[in-house]
Amino acid sequence: MARSDVQLMLDVKAGDEQSFALLLHRYRTPLVNFLYRMLRNREQAEDLAQEVFLRVYRAREEYVPSAKFTTWLFRIATNLALNSVRDNRYLRMEISLDAPVTADAEDGDERTLDVAEKHPNIEQHLVGEVRRKMIRHAIEKLPEKQRAAVLLHKYQELDYGEISKILECSESALKSLLFRAYETLRVELAPLVASGKQV
Amino acid sequence: MEKKILGYVDGRLKEGERLEIEKHLSACAACQLRVNEFRSVSALLDELPMIEPSAAFDVRVNARVAAEPAKQSWWAWFTPSPRVAFAASMLLLATVWVGSYSGSNQAPIDQADIPVLENYDVISSFEPLTELPQPVAADEASQQNQDM
Repeated sequence: MARSDVQLMLDVKAGDEQSFALLLHRYRTPLVNFLYRMLRNREQAEDLAQEVFLRVYRAREEYVPSAKFTTWLFRIATNLALNSVRDNRYLRMEISLDAPVTADAEDGDERTLDVAEKHPNIEQHLVGEVRRKMIRHAIEKLPEKQRAAVLLHKYQELDYGEISKILECSESALKSLLFRAYETLRVELAPLVASGKQV
Repeated sequence: MEKKILGYVDGRLKEGERLEIEKHLSACAACQLRVNEFRSVSALLDELPMIEPSAAFDVRVNARVAAEPAKQSWWAWFTPSPRVAFAASMLLLATVWVGSYSGSNQAPIDQADIPVLENYDVISSFEPLTELPQPVAADEASQQNQDM
């Protein structure tokens, strides 16, 4: 029977390094994906995910299972991501507006180079790429707290109680936040939403 | 309605709340439309693929964890390591031995052998002056300068 997250963390606290490896294995992909969708930069997402695991490890001695492990984990991740988003914003302000426009490097993370080889139906593949790009940009345009709320709700499937603790707001405020986020997404994705499930 | 519509779309409402919403939706076309649109948005979000962390990710995390200094409890501070305990014992023994050796060979000092330091230049009289000292004669002063 698989040990719970809390039990694994208590074992890490007791000095069991293998339990930390299990936690790493269990949460590496969800954490990297959450941070990637928050930051739209794979390298940065992996750096921050490493930092999250390191902070968990450093805090092992003081760990008290007062809340769900995922609440604690994603709270660390969200705080790091929000700080990073703000830092990136200031960094972008310093970049000259005259800088040449380059290809959207972040979209390359999910792009397959040998399109023709792997996708016989190139047109269908390109349509899918356009859709995904629209969705990614719609999420990216959300204010960072709304974005974090949507990602934690939709992709991590955390309950309202956990998300409200992570974002340090009431459940009622969280529900309003999510409603506003979905309203924005509905407008941004109108061309895809209006025509039904598929374009 | 605003705070319940997304919970209804995701199926996270309690039974009573869900029935209440459904009753409202049956009579409100605008809310029904919004529910359908939110369902579409939710389905669109599902289209984004997951990414896999790079192969080096675990290696980097493990390397950073391995580089962390081992933590010791505050109680460990009071428990000296064997090396420190050994060094401290040897230092104590050496101190005791040197003290006892030098103490046994040292002859007692006779107070009469201690020379008395005398300095005759030190002014010993602190009585106030009643008259000014005689000025030095000019010839006598120049003679002294030449001698020097």
